[in-house]
Amino acid sequence: MSTETPDDAPKLYAAREPVFPKRVKGKFRQLKWWLMIFTLGIYYITPWIRWDRGPEMPDQAVLVDMANRRFFMFWIEIWPHEFYFVAGLLIMAGLGLFLFTSALGRVWCGYACPQTVWVDLYILVERWIEGDRNARIRLLRQKWDARKVRLRLTKWTVWLLIAISTGGAWVFYFADAPTLFVELFTGQAAFVAYAFIASLTATTFLFGGFMREQVCTYMCPWPRIQAAMMDEDTMTVSYREWRGEPRAKLSKSKDDDSLGDCIDCNACVAVCPVGIDIRDGQQLECITCALCIDACDEMMVKVGRPTGLIAYLTANDEPLERAGEPPRNMWKHLIRPRTVMYTALWAAVGLALLVALFIRPEIEVNISPIRNPVFVAMSDGSIRNDYDVRILNKHGETRPFHITVTSDDLESNFHVELQGVEGVIVSAPADDTFSQRVYIVSDPNDPAASRNRTEVRLWIEDMASGDRAYVDTIFNGKAP
Amino acid sequence: MARKPENTTKVVETTGHEWDGITELDTPMPRWWLWTFYLTIIWGIIYVILYPAWPMIKGATPGLLGYSSRAEVQADIDAVNVENAPLDAKIVSLDLAAIADDAEVGNYAISGGGAVFRTFCIQCHGAGAAGAVGYPNLLDDDWIWGGDIETVYATISHGIRADEDDDTRLSDMPVFGDDYLSEDEIAQAAQFVLSLSGQSTDAALVAEGAVVFEDNCAACHGEQGMGDREVGAPNLADAIWLYGGDLAAVTDTITNSRGGVMPAWSAEGRLTESQLRQVAVYVHELGGGE
Repeated sequence: MSTETPDDAPKLYAAREPVFPKRVKGKFRQLKWWLMIFTLGIYYITPWIRWDRGPEMPDQAVLVDMANRRFFMFWIEIWPHEFYFVAGLLIMAGLGLFLFTSALGRVWCGYACPQTVWVDLYILVERWIEGDRNARIRLLRQKWDARKVRLRLTKWTVWLLIAISTGGAWVFYFADAPTLFVELFTGQAAFVAYAFIASLTATTFLFGGFMREQVCTYMCPWPRIQAAMMDEDTMTVSYREWRGEPRAKLSKSKDDDSLGDCIDCNACVAVCPVGIDIRDGQQLECITCALCIDACDEMMVKVGRPTGLIAYLTANDEPLERAGEPPRNMWKHLIRPRTVMYTALWAAVGLALLVALFIRPEIEVNISPIRNPVFVAMSDGSIRNDYDVRILNKHGETRPFHITVTSDDLESNFHVELQGVEGVIVSAPADDTFSQRVYIVSDPNDPAASRNRTEVRLWIEDMASGDRAYVDTIFNGKAP
Repeated sequence: MARKPENTTKVVETTGHEWDGITELDTPMPRWWLWTFYLTIIWGIIYVILYPAWPMIKGATPGLLGYSSRAEVQADIDAVNVENAPLDAKIVSLDLAAIADDAEVGNYAISGGGAVFRTFCIQCHGAGAAGAVGYPNLLDDDWIWGGDIETVYATISHGIRADEDDDTRLSDMPVFGDDYLSEDEIAQAAQFVLSLSGQSTDAALVAEGAVVFEDNCAACHGEQGMGDREVGAPNLADAIWLYGGDLAAVTDTITNSRGGVMPAWSAEGRLTESQLRQVAVYVHELGGGE
């Protein structure tokens, strides 16, 4: 076996063809502008929303508090053992993506993906500073002169500022935003904050400014998975080849009925942010941003032909349209078993989370019996079992808890004693887990004292609210 | 698939061996491999010079750097000790009873005491401190010498019947089977002792035993057999028996006497003052502390 590559072997690497998306106007472009403002707005503004939770709690509406292991989201506070809420939200996000993909193809990629949104923003800046498509192509080809250096430096500086504020906004989700903002500028913030800002600045700058569509085409796994959710009823950006072909310049096709509607103006190619020609059919690079629809429609209106030469179509409608029949109603495509199923799953997870959210208790109790030794014989003949009890007080204030024990075994008498505390009331600090060594003691001649196992139930009662929680455990006596 | 004869372009010597017409090429090692190999040899020589290497009858050649993993561990331990020195100093300066509730050193003392306990105490008292026959349970409310923290600390520091410490706790129960008491008297006394904790006994023997007990045992164990912590005489009227509470065990105890030994942990630099206090706090927090 030879390890040498034959000279005629295809190259494994193709240099990137630079893409210069042209400015376009239209309803999809309009929608994308609004979506950009909306998504970027959410990203930048969310950490600054305040939410009053009481004096001992953070007042940031959305906060991932790593140090204290809490996740705050408006009125919801998630403890580490409730992380399934976050898992549930992620599952909902996943199912939502499945639903939208099966209905509208790569609509996430085209409209809402951060990569698309930031690239859109970067291209906007690029167009502002360097001009539209033709000016940018000229600038690329020309020699480096003062003007080119100035334009490039201006562009990169603005890009970098956007990148820094992107990375900067990220860290505000993990600490009190106004405090951190000041700390960042006075050099007092944690190293990890600077590290995250630096790495996110670098990736934003690189991905948004230089790698762009290559991220979608080569790096992102999602487009490869998406194909599994799409079928013949999925609406996706397509070219009505049967209407457009054979294409010809307007001057020719104007008087020739045998020619198609496509006037080969290349407007659809010029606006494409991933640098493909939609008229070649569906391609893996296409992120269905729909800008080619806007570009083509604008041109069709100008030349007085019907719009929709490029439009959202389904594969199922193609034979119908070729036969000269109208496509089926959009809703017949959108509502089908697959989308209904995804919607049902999505709603089921959402409902389960909502129910779990409303029935989750404000106080919880965990117990771990000490099994070495399983019991302690006292001098008066009574039997004592030791337990480590953890009380979770989710309230924003310190509260007293009353600890009692009950048993279904009515012949047995137990009482509770606490390590280091007089009486049976402990005060558990606010929003924290409180650990207390608890002793359950049986009477000297109690049946439970000489029985191997007796089931007991330990109760804690929040004396401020009257809420009660219990945990079942075993009392071990001296086995006969 | 037909294989191309290897090495048709370059001529390389064979090893000269031939089996059924098959010869073995004597292809030289790749240069990078060879250089790596030489580098490992050089590395090995330098290592042998700098670090402990050749095993001798006692120890090994020390190496120029004088490195030793034992010294490294000691350095780590010293570093931790230096770091904890302020906490240890505070533990020594505090009142014993105040250590457990102190916000700064409370947890440190209890977990530190636990570590000491797991290292030096569990051999006799057990990992859960529940003891064994002859080794007291530290979880219950029965203490031979006392269960308040000052007494626990004194017991740990000076041990019990420890030869190495002059202040150790001493108490010697006589060997009554050694001509002091007859077998009958011992049987009577044993019955009386059992009656103290309400165990079913022979009434006639108990009455006789009461006299024997008063004459021989009450001096230390008290007339009611409630024991005396001043002299380390156990309470005979409760439900806890260090050496067993049935007739045979009690008879054996009276006949042959008992007396466990605990090392004096302050002697011979075994534990530091801070460690002694930590383990006292730990034991006191186990559930039996008074």
